[in-house]
Parts: sequence; C-alpha cells; structure tokens
Amino acid sequence: MIWSKRNISSPSASADTVFADTLMRYLLHGAAGLAAALVLLILLFLASESWPALQHISIKRFLTDPSWHPGEDMYNLAPMLSGTLYAACGALVLATPLGIASALFIAYYASPRTAGIYRRLVELLAGIPSVVFGFWGLTTLVPLINQLHPPGASLLAGILILTLMILPTIALTAYAALLAVPGEYLRGAAALGLSRWGLISGVALPSAKTGIVAGIMLAAGRAIGETMAVLMVAGNVVQHAGSLFDPVRTLAANIALEMAYAIDNHRAALFVSGLTLMLLVMALSGIAGWLGRNRHG
Amino acid sequence: MAEAVFVKLMHAWRDRLAKLTVYFAAFLVCAAFVWIVGDLVRGGMAHLSWDFLVDSPRDAGRAGGIGSILVSTALVLVVALMAALPLGWAAAALLAEYVPADGGFGYAVRYSLQVLAGVPSIVFGLFGNAFFSVYLGMGFSILSGGLTLACMLLPILASTADAGLRAVPDAYRLSAAALGMSRTATLFHLLLPAAAPALAAGLLLGIGRAIAETAALLFTSGYVDRMPGSLLDSGRTLAIHIFDLSMNVSGGDAPAHASALILVVALLLINIVAMRLAAGWQRRKIMSE
Repeated sequence: MIWSKRNISSPSASADTVFADTLMRYLLHGAAGLAAALVLLILLFLASESWPALQHISIKRFLTDPSWHPGEDMYNLAPMLSGTLYAACGALVLATPLGIASALFIAYYASPRTAGIYRRLVELLAGIPSVVFGFWGLTTLVPLINQLHPPGASLLAGILILTLMILPTIALTAYAALLAVPGEYLRGAAALGLSRWGLISGVALPSAKTGIVAGIMLAAGRAIGETMAVLMVAGNVVQHAGSLFDPVRTLAANIALEMAYAIDNHRAALFVSGLTLMLLVMALSGIAGWLGRNRHG
Repeated sequence: MAEAVFVKLMHAWRDRLAKLTVYFAAFLVCAAFVWIVGDLVRGGMAHLSWDFLVDSPRDAGRAGGIGSILVSTALVLVVALMAALPLGWAAAALLAEYVPADGGFGYAVRYSLQVLAGVPSIVFGLFGNAFFSVYLGMGFSILSGGLTLACMLLPILASTADAGLRAVPDAYRLSAAALGMSRTATLFHLLLPAAAPALAAGLLLGIGRAIAETAALLFTSGYVDRMPGSLLDSGRTLAIHIFDLSMNVSGGDAPAHASALILVVALLLINIVAMRLAAGWQRRKIMSE
C-alpha cells in the first residue's frame, strides 16, 4: 500500500469547507498541545513550589537530618523513602509470581470458559478503588495481623494490600505478552514433544520476557505512588522498619497526612517529596515504554 | 536407560508441580476477591436503605445518609468530564487522523499523555492544590477538584478514543474522500460514530476512575459534607467520605461499609458495561473485515 490515511486527499468543494477544515485542524492542534503541555505544567508547579525548600535546605539534609520534625526545622525524608521502597519491593516480590501464574493460568491451563471468567475477575479486581482496599485492610486484615503480632497496622499489612492492587497490572500485561508469542514457536515446541511446563519455561516465558518486565515496571510505579490504601493500613510511624510487623510511613502517605496543615518550608518539603515520587514513576514508566517498544528488537 | 526413565519421571513430576502451583495461585486470587466483596456485602447490607441514599450525613457521618455526598460526587464528575472530554477526544482525533504517529508533534503529544497516565494521584493532588486552589484562587471547591480530576482522566479518554479511531477501517476514509466529503464532515459524520462503542467504553472507564479517586481530591475539593450550593463550594466525594469515616470518625464503620458497598457495586457495573462494549466492538470489527 502506497497511500496512508493521512495522504487521502479530500476534494474540497467550496471555500466554506476549506475554511472549516483549516479551523478544525487548528482547534485539534490546540487541544492536543494543551494536553501535552499539562505534564510540563505539573512539573513546573511542583518545581516552583519546592524551590523554597531546595534553596534553604541542602539536598543532603533531606537524608542526614536527625529526624522528620518540620516544626523544628528537621527534614529527614530517609525513613519515608525506606518505607516506600520496602512496601513496594515486598508487594512486587509477592505479586510478580502470583501475577505471572495468573497469566499462565489464563493462557495455557484453564479452559477457554474458565479463562474468560478468571480474566474478568482480575479486571474487576483492578477496578476496586484504593480507598476500598484500604478500608477492607483496616477492618479485616489489620485485626488479623494484630492477633498474630500487635500492633497490626504494619509494613506487612501495607505489603499485602499493595500486592492485591498491583497484581492485576502484572497479570494482564503478562497475559498480553504471552498472547504476542508467535504461534509457530509454540507449535514447534509441541512438535518437539516438550511437556507443557517445558514449553512454558523454555519457549513462552523467555520470548515474552520483555513484555512481562515492562508490566512489572508499571506495577512498581503504581506501588510507589499508591497513597490511600497504604496510608490506611501501614500505621504511619516515621521510622526505619526493623521487621515486617513495624508500622511505617511512605512518602505518598506523608504528603496526604501533612499537606492539610503544612506551611512555608514544610509545605515546600512535601512538594519536594512529590517531585521525587513523580520523577521515580516517570523513570519507571520510561523504562517500561522503552522495553515495550523494543519487544521484538 | 535407567537414567532416561528417571529424567522422564522427574519431568512428569515437575509438570504436575507447576500445574499445581499455577492453579493454587489462581485460587488465591479468586479467594481474595471473594473475601473482599463478601466482607463488603456482609458489612454493608444491614445499613443500606433508601433513606441512607437520600439523607444528608449527621454527626460527622455516623448517622444520616450520603445524599449530599452523592450530589458532590456527581458534580465533581460532571466538571471533570466537561473539561476532559473535549480535550481528550480532540487529542485522540488529531493523533489518529491528522498527524503521523512517529513524527515530531504527534510523538510529543503521545509521549506526554503516556507520562501523564503514570503520574501518581497524590502528585495530581499536589498540583491541583498549588495550581487550581492557590494560584488560580479557586480554593477548596468542587471546581478545582473536578479540574484536577480532568487532568487525570485525559490520558484514559485520549488513549481509548485513539485506539477506537485507529480501528475504523481505512475503506471508510477512502469512500468518504471519493464521495467528496470534507475531512471535518468525515470525522463527525463517519469516523466518530463508527468509533462510538470505543468512545463509550473509554468514557465509562474514565467515570470509574473518577469516582474511585481519593488522593487527588483531598486537598482540592475538600472535606465539607454539606449539600453544595455552587461549584465554588467545597464538596466531599464518596471515596473521601469512606476514608474520613474509617480513619477519623470512631463508630463510623457501619456507614463506611455501606458507602463502600455502594461505591464498589457502582464501579463493578460500570466496568462490566465497559467490557461488554469493548468486546462487542471488537467482535463487530472482526466480522466486518
């Protein structure tokens, strides 16, 4: 095919339609430009709001101050950073095998009918709002963990809730990646007499690897940025967690908790943590996008 | 020989083990889903009644209903859609019909929408607070909450509409050109109607995302649970109501359960309808080719 849809020239009968088409083109460009400028606007405002803090407080102090007491001019974000990373890594460790197993179940194990129902269920799980996950964790999971080891509201509760929230992302992207494995690979493997697991571990998973990793990156971004659910179950004590049962506070939860009454440098410090979150997530989704583009490279 | 038999046995065991593991994982996910929904239904059914839906909350939400909160939620949603729909669909039309996907402007728009889709909702909340509430002086209001949400919805609306327009067969465009239709007329009378199921599915997904949102609205639309008098009043949405009842109000668990049940049922219905639309649209596309 030589032509593409953009080269289809519409014969314009009158000056009116030419004018309408030109106007339309400008309008669409304007709207799309506005949409694209939004990211820059967000970055600009985050940066300008955190500027006072970056000016008065050296970046090193966000990691080396004795504690997080903005009222007394101490701005140590390190415990929140470690809380965020612990929670996100823990959730990834649990959700990755569960998510990939779910994708394998849909793609290779279940009957078409069961697979359809199960996929629907995973999609619906993705649709449950974070505040409901948090509420369920608070009323069901936290008391259960409390019986095991007080206080209940803990890193573990945060990890379990986050696992449920990012599992659909991993499962659905992994399934999409498995679907994209060329059928001839699978038929070739079957012709060689490979068993089902041999086929999955030797052929399907390796060729779907980049897609699956991209999904995991997206899920990591979601886990790092998640606010409400973690805020409701993780206990929100500013400390480096010593065990799974210690309460922790994440960066995002810290913003949600303190934004209401923060002023001056305190407010600016919260914007610094917001900016940090945004850059982290942008880096992760950048890697995911890059992997997705180079899937067949 | 014995070794070969051994290897074969090992492989059979390995296969069985893998199968067991995969089934177990699937079972775990199903069990978690049933557990969550079951808990919500059990905790929420007792408190649910018509009065609960229409009354205003009293005593910080412990008594009364969620009438004014449903109104605030609807208003925030309407503001968000009014702002995001034209922008999102216009961006999609441009990307799908007017500019090449990999060339300068198209690539920039697509890339920034992709970045926007990944931004955490609390960051949208910070931005909304700094830009709409403080810089533009809207304060804590339904308007600033709705506009913040609009920023969040933009990538969903644009990407679903883009995919829908791209799925319209090129034969439609060629026929329109052959009939001498202008591009604008082709877009409005042919391409958008043909992509309508995809647009509707995207719209529903956007609505679902909007009514589920909490973190972005905490510092933009605010906490006030009165019936809003205008768009410049602060209004509490259903998700924030659940959050506030469960975290800040002791004895608020029963109404929180009921509100969570309503929210989840609404979202499940919206998602099921959206899936149906998307599936039906794909089937029709395959049939027509």
